[in-house]
Amino acid sequence: MNPRVGVVTFPGSLDDRDAARAVRIAGGEPVALWHGDDDLRSVDAVVLPGGFSYGDYLRCGAIARFAPVMHSIVEGAKSGLPVLGICNGFQILCESHLLPGALTRNDSLHFICRDQRLRIEDTTSMWTSDYEPGDEIVIPLKNGEGGFVADEKTLDMLEGEGRVIARYLELNPNGSRRDIAGIRNERGNVVGLMPHPEHAVEALVGPTTDGLAFFTSVLNSLVGAA
Amino acid sequence: MTDTVERAATTPEQEQPYAELGLKPDEYQRIRDILGRRPTSSELAMYSVMWSEHCSYKSSKGHLKQFGDKKPDTDALLVGIGENAGVVDIGDGWAVTFKVESHNHPSYVEPYQGAATGVGGIVRDILSMGARPLAVMDPLRFGPLDAPDTRRVLPGIVAGVGGYGNCLGLPNIGGEVVFDESYAGNPLVNALCVGAMRHEDIHLASAKGVGNLVVLYGARTGGDGIGGVSVLASETFSEGGPTKRPSVQVGDPFMEKLLIEATLEVLHAGLVEGIQDLGGAGISCATSELASNGEGGMHVWLDRVLLRDPSLSPEEILMSESQERMCAIVTPANLDAFLVLCAKWDVEAVVIGEVTDSGRLTVDWHGERIVDVPPRTVAHEGPVYERPFHRPTWQDALQADVPDTLARPETPAELRATLLTMVAAPNLASKSWVTSQYDRYVLGNTVLAQPEDAGMIRIDEETGRGVAISTDCNGRFAKLDPYNGAKLALAESYRNVAASGAVPLAVTNCLNFGSPEDPEVMWQFAQATTGLADGCLELGIPVTGGNVSFYNQTGTTAILPTPVVGVLGVIDDVERRTPIAWGPDGELIYLLGDTRDEFAGSEWAHHVHGHLGGLPPVVDLGRERLLGEILVAGSRDGMLTAAHDVSDGGVGQVLVEMALRSGVGARCWVPDGIDPFVLLFGESAGRAVVVVPRSEELRFTEMCAARGLPAQRIGVVDSGLGPDAGFAAGTQVLELSNLFTMTLDELRVAHERTLPDVLQG
Repeated sequence: MNPRVGVVTFPGSLDDRDAARAVRIAGGEPVALWHGDDDLRSVDAVVLPGGFSYGDYLRCGAIARFAPVMHSIVEGAKSGLPVLGICNGFQILCESHLLPGALTRNDSLHFICRDQRLRIEDTTSMWTSDYEPGDEIVIPLKNGEGGFVADEKTLDMLEGEGRVIARYLELNPNGSRRDIAGIRNERGNVVGLMPHPEHAVEALVGPTTDGLAFFTSVLNSLVGAA
Repeated sequence: MTDTVERAATTPEQEQPYAELGLKPDEYQRIRDILGRRPTSSELAMYSVMWSEHCSYKSSKGHLKQFGDKKPDTDALLVGIGENAGVVDIGDGWAVTFKVESHNHPSYVEPYQGAATGVGGIVRDILSMGARPLAVMDPLRFGPLDAPDTRRVLPGIVAGVGGYGNCLGLPNIGGEVVFDESYAGNPLVNALCVGAMRHEDIHLASAKGVGNLVVLYGARTGGDGIGGVSVLASETFSEGGPTKRPSVQVGDPFMEKLLIEATLEVLHAGLVEGIQDLGGAGISCATSELASNGEGGMHVWLDRVLLRDPSLSPEEILMSESQERMCAIVTPANLDAFLVLCAKWDVEAVVIGEVTDSGRLTVDWHGERIVDVPPRTVAHEGPVYERPFHRPTWQDALQADVPDTLARPETPAELRATLLTMVAAPNLASKSWVTSQYDRYVLGNTVLAQPEDAGMIRIDEETGRGVAISTDCNGRFAKLDPYNGAKLALAESYRNVAASGAVPLAVTNCLNFGSPEDPEVMWQFAQATTGLADGCLELGIPVTGGNVSFYNQTGTTAILPTPVVGVLGVIDDVERRTPIAWGPDGELIYLLGDTRDEFAGSEWAHHVHGHLGGLPPVVDLGRERLLGEILVAGSRDGMLTAAHDVSDGGVGQVLVEMALRSGVGARCWVPDGIDPFVLLFGESAGRAVVVVPRSEELRFTEMCAARGLPAQRIGVVDSGLGPDAGFAAGTQVLELSNLFTMTLDELRVAHERTLPDVLQG
């Protein structure tokens, strides 16, 4: 049976259909999860999609963190449930303290949408294991508040432990410290990524298909673990 | 004290502020005649907004009739002009609705919110037809790029378009950014939305079924946007007048996103009998139009409306243009289910009225009757003006001022320098500073987006069926000759859609003009609408709806007449789309169509000489149709790897854009019999540059010859020109044989730095 990958819809989630499509194209079974329901419907992994949950009011991800579904996801993540937060999902993971640091307003002060080159730095996470270290990929980036920040000690720790999973190449689009595009937790099951791999799974509508391996990675990790 | 119907009947002489609300004395008298008494203050509020130019089309109606009278024979039109948006059949049971509207004046007063709510308003129009909104596009026009006020309004307008659309989750797939002196005091912000639904999901704005309930849902009603359509959109700005900022609405895209999801759920659950969005004229518009289109009667308890500000008066509630609100007609049996789905999406909903067969729209405020009117007189039987018009006194002189004596570049060095200047001109330079602030990827169905000729989205993920849309208008052409200028706008939009591989199917428009009270402006309008109607008939594609925006002038100087035309096309399989980037080495570059010495209204005359005069390029819609058929056939049969319409800037601009988009150089030449300058910068209509793989060359050229379309080989894609041109191997070069060479890097810098240098500096 194909692994079941939950995709959460918060009020204001926008890329939930895209994430579900990416799961399907990668060979998984997408399962819709609702913000107000703490039932994870026996999923094997969870994607927190991009968008503007709760309108990004107060602070990006700050309200979504308190949604009933997040209680179950935080608990699950602590016992190894694979969780990928994309863009707004990354912001929610930081607000939920599943990942360190925070995402701040782009240094340009503009929303930016571009095809972004990244280098995959770490392939030990459940969401990057299908890449080779050093792989360069191009996937869409689109955010207004994507600048990753953390104190120097935390940044050193993330780099020292190999927890930076991807870095911006050629151009740092949002002022992220040390060009960080994505990070993972210690265990490698929780990954936050600012660019959008779910928009790069079909050659027709994406700049590349370079994003697909995020989704195949978790499916293969799950099958391998079973 | 509340001004009730009863009180109005007993105080006929009470002075009323109709002039401040934008009504003329004879219009006020007509309201008194309809009612047989003076209107209450609430009735006056309703009539004033609904009889505004913006809502009633009172100056334009007579001319717009041509779009119906000259409608071509077509089976594609499912819902025509007059509804919130027209609907066309694209096959396989899919219906597509699209429309463009203006939000010009609000965006000048408050750039961010004006532009944002322009997007929000058009999205609700599409939603109210029963469609899921799928993409937006924004044709924008500003004063000169380096004008101080452009730096005030442009960043705010772009941020507003992006801020709203991005948060709403709709990809922005195209549009225009145009600079001209005439827009300096009056920028144009037009917003287009396209949505799709199954045929059976089409909904209309009518209140049917006596006893059915009127449900207002979405955002609460506040004091924003009061009089937006009358005070703001239907008057000319004057220097030193009072600020009109309170007439601008404030948008909440998050609420709109919830409204979309809740609305689509209640529609698909079959819980809605009729639906109308609230935009211009707010509750006044929604209730009177729903009643007028349905059983003819409605009763409203206005005090039930949920308010953001409890101090609002009934007149203000009736006029408020608070955003993100919808009005649905629901049977009593379905009400609970309707409210449950709204609650799921955290959307507030309240029953504010019921459908009656009284023939009257009645409104109560805390038990007192404050409105009692025949709804048709509010919604559909407003004043109609046959505004006087005449050919401007200056028109002949303008047309006689031909550009033939303007100094032209002659030497290869001069031609090279001119091309470099032109690709950096604000109107021809890369617009990525603007479009990179828009999300073009969300929803995962964007096949083509800026800077492609047309935006294209996939509608059906199984079959690949999709639509392409382009919006275009050269206002300079329209000023030189409004009749042919409108046809040229239509032709360009049609050509852009065909170049992407889609079959043009239907037309929407946003007619931006100066004051209709100026007979010379009215002549421009009359000419342009006639040209557009005639053009649509010739091309066989119907107008499905649109929008008129008058009073686009500051003082007595009107903007360039700007009939923005949007053409929608359908493509069976979006995998077959034709991009503008050419393919690998060896592919052949062809110019289709006839090139003439036509520079009146051209970007070269404008940018290099600041000249506008003469007659615009010849428009031959039969030729456009043929070119369109060739472009579509080339796409369908795999004969083309790339295509790009030739318009602003000429063939030089096209070659530069295609090369930059692909990142690969090319060797091009000027065919015998054409002057290099005319080839590079002339703007003859009915042309496209296409790229053909060698294996398809014979088939393609034979098709063109058989159909009588001139096709001339003007180049070949070549990535290896660097060393011969004196550059390092690998350097990509665009060569014009016997004239000059330029590296793509040099062109890219010139093309891409213009906007950032001014707007970020």
